[in-house]
Amino acid sequence: MIAAAPPVLDQGCASAPVLRERGQREVFCGLTGIVWLHRKMPDAFFLVVGSRTCAHLLQSAAGVMIFAEPRFATAIIEERDLAGLADANEELDRVVRRLLARRPEIRTLFLVGSCPSEVIKLDLARAAQRLAGAFLPDVRIVNYSGSGIETTFTQGEDACLASLVPFMPEAAAGAEPELLIVGALPDIVEDQLLRLVRDLGIARVACLPARESRALPSVGPNTRFLLAQPFLGDTAQALEDRGAVHLSAPFPFGAEGTTDWLHAAARAFGIDEMHFRSVVAPGRERAKRALEHSRAQLEGKRIFFLPDSQLELPLARFLHRELGMVPVEVGTPYLHRAHMAPELAQLPEATVISEGQDVDRQLDRVRASRPDITVCGLGLANPLEAEGFTTKWAIELVFSPIHGFDQAGDLAELFARPIRRRDVLRV
Amino acid sequence: MQLSVWTYEGPPHIGAMRVATGMRDVHYLLHAPQGDTYADLLFTMIERRGKRPPVTYTTFQARDLGKDTAELFQSAARDAVARFQPAAMLVGASCTAELIQDDPAGMAQAMRLDIPVIPLELPSYSRKENWGASETFYQIVRALAVGDSSRPAPCQAGSPRPKANLLGPSALGFRHRDDIVEIAKILTALGVEINVTAPLGASAADIARIGEADFNIVLYPEIADTAARWLERQFRQPFTKTIPIGHGATIDFIHEVARLAGVDPAPALDMAEARMPWWSRSVDSTYLTGKRVFIFGDATHAIAAARVARDELGFVVCGLGCYNREFARDLRAAAAEHGVEPLITDDHLEVEEAIAAAHPELVLGTQMERHIAKRLSIPCAVISAPVHVQDFPARHSPQMGFEGANVLFDSWVHPLVMGLEEHLLTMFRDDFEFHDGAGASHLHASAPKAVPLPDQGGARGGCEPQGEPATAAAANPPPTPPLAGRGAMEGELLERTLWTAEAEAELKKIPFFVRGKARRNTERFAEERGLTTISLETLYDAKAHYAR
Ligand code: SF4
Ligand code: SF4
Repeated sequence: MIAAAPPVLDQGCASAPVLRERGQREVFCGLTGIVWLHRKMPDAFFLVVGSRTCAHLLQSAAGVMIFAEPRFATAIIEERDLAGLADANEELDRVVRRLLARRPEIRTLFLVGSCPSEVIKLDLARAAQRLAGAFLPDVRIVNYSGSGIETTFTQGEDACLASLVPFMPEAAAGAEPELLIVGALPDIVEDQLLRLVRDLGIARVACLPARESRALPSVGPNTRFLLAQPFLGDTAQALEDRGAVHLSAPFPFGAEGTTDWLHAAARAFGIDEMHFRSVVAPGRERAKRALEHSRAQLEGKRIFFLPDSQLELPLARFLHRELGMVPVEVGTPYLHRAHMAPELAQLPEATVISEGQDVDRQLDRVRASRPDITVCGLGLANPLEAEGFTTKWAIELVFSPIHGFDQAGDLAELFARPIRRRDVLRV
Repeated sequence: MQLSVWTYEGPPHIGAMRVATGMRDVHYLLHAPQGDTYADLLFTMIERRGKRPPVTYTTFQARDLGKDTAELFQSAARDAVARFQPAAMLVGASCTAELIQDDPAGMAQAMRLDIPVIPLELPSYSRKENWGASETFYQIVRALAVGDSSRPAPCQAGSPRPKANLLGPSALGFRHRDDIVEIAKILTALGVEINVTAPLGASAADIARIGEADFNIVLYPEIADTAARWLERQFRQPFTKTIPIGHGATIDFIHEVARLAGVDPAPALDMAEARMPWWSRSVDSTYLTGKRVFIFGDATHAIAAARVARDELGFVVCGLGCYNREFARDLRAAAAEHGVEPLITDDHLEVEEAIAAAHPELVLGTQMERHIAKRLSIPCAVISAPVHVQDFPARHSPQMGFEGANVLFDSWVHPLVMGLEEHLLTMFRDDFEFHDGAGASHLHASAPKAVPLPDQGGARGGCEPQGEPATAAAANPPPTPPLAGRGAMEGELLERTLWTAEAEAELKKIPFFVRGKARRNTERFAEERGLTTISLETLYDAKAHYAR
């Protein structure tokens, strides 16, 4: 049977003590999620209600993309908006009206909360309701918060998707079981996974987010959902509140991870084991072959993850199980015990799992443990390189296609390349 | 509320970070939510620094808000002082902390740290990055500069070893690193000693002895003006007003510095590497004469660029603007001198409209104008922040001094089609190698494709047969293809005007690199006269109208 129970190397870290730290956190806020979410939902617009800082963050994170007529913007709160909330509400309505008049193709408008809007208690949920009256049915107006005080980086996607769950239509009571794949994936990856799922014989399958923001899939007690991304705690909860059932699985990274992830769906839908094996075998073998290219560079290398996206634990598991890397410390901004249980079980016992951050202390641990490669944000990468450490900047892992069988080789290459570069440079 | 996709300036605490990061032993404790650390990557990525900015963020989260954030703040302060052992500490709030009304200054002062603590009040909802940098530098100078304000003015003229401070360069400054090198060369030639360069590279102790200089050299008024004015009052240090960007301005600057230092300007005036005047007078540059240039950036760089454009390259300034209101008055004066409407705005859409309306042949601006120009298919060079990573180059590339003038010449002329090439293209426009689809020879990516010769009558590959009889097509005017880079404004014009086939065919005979302008000019001409069709006559009437 395929990889249902990994060979017992050690106990794994399923109940590992977690190093919980607090102090300075070197992380993005959830607003950053807009940068990839707006690509995934081409008929949606993301309007941040925030400060010049929020606009500046988006522009810094979006880089060059900002110039391609983007579907996001910031309504920058100014001094006079702070004087009275009534005025701020009026101003917001004015901005929204102007925006929607100029962009008639928009079908969903997200009003995205920020730290300043949360702190002054500007009620964006109310604003969404107020404006809905004027714009439905043409435009749906949805609200979530991507503020730094509430969300870290990819949690912005979680908040966004969770805000869509109440708008999902109710699945008919006696409806046939349907599979829902949750989490924004690049279209090409989504198509690959959908093909595999359909080849398994699961005909009724949908994705959240949907490519058309208004064509949301239905949800109900007959919905079974797989998380494609590890940072979707609130979305999962919202789906469960509507009766959907979460299928626990490792995340679909690498040959094994993807197999196990598909296996969870196959079992839930009663797919014949032999059939399952024959469907996944070609992709799985391709993935394994692709991984061989990077194995020589990565095997035995020690890796240190600083917290960033919550992808750290599944990626550490992938690199450890499928490429023989040794995780030293795996930091995550937030640890969802239940969703991470299948991952934790496959990490070696000696791994330090840390949640939260005190960045200076964590950097001391990087320096003391001298890993071969350190996964970290762009604010830390060059400074660590200057100290002689090889780094992999973490954001690329969120923007690149890395899930599924046919991206496994690319994913390994993302980690192998900095090491190879370190070895080839003679300057 | 202001709807914004792109901002020319960050919030004021980014300006404070630029000052702190430029200095050596000053630490900045910023009361800010988790997430505001994104700003670090501006310094580590765009400027490619190998060290983290000296900034500790308290990174509070929602769950901290109800509680005592003072505790969080104070432990962050203690840790930062213990770990980094700075000589002085800046404390302040980002936009969110400003709203929760903690009092960073009060909290830090209550701790009685044994280093100077400089509180920063940076109003995030009304001010921006440059203001933040300026205010921070001023507060640092005020707090740390020691000296007797009642002492006589520093011995200026005739001082045996005149000393000057270089004020303004900071982290994340456009070419600040290299400008300092050029200015230092000039000062060395003049025999003027640099007392302190600040904030870039300065320590707290350097700031303490800033009053020992005879005068100040203000390189970037956006950052140094406030501090320089205070130093003038406090220590009677006069400061320079000329920004040494461009050949002429560099000469004026040398005279101004020599006067303040009481030395002979001659040794600095004939520096060997001043090639820009000859390059500009050489015959290859003749075609630059009268090129229409649109200039936008921070006020200092924009005003300086306008002078260089007109006086040193023979361009015509057809638009001049800046995004920083603090220097709007200076910009208005410069715009008046060039006879154009000043454009003072931080709304990039307004800038885009102004550029489209001015029909320039070259745009000098920021990263943003580079993208606007690309969209409108107009050549462009970058003269001012905000800029991207490629404008923090590895090679020496100042904007100031004589070498800076050389750099300006090269980088502004480069995007324009080279003069000789322009002539060849015009003369041989019917030649198969110079046909419209061939592209410029210096662009390898667009090397000429195999294209049928005109007399073969083929119409593929972008080569319109020149001999096409106009009458044959007249009955059925060809649809106007949507040319890359044509803005919405032209689209609107086109809806109301119609090219006759004859005029359209004639237009195609004009070389491709000036055709877009000819089309725009003609359409504007027709629009202004309320013409509903554009005939051959309209085309040539317009040409006569716009002839220079
Ligand atoms: S390290 Fe892992 S296996 Fe060991 S005690 Fe902790 S949880 Fe259990
Ligand atoms: S952390 Fe808060 S204030 Fe900063 S950019 Fe994010 S939402 Fe805006």
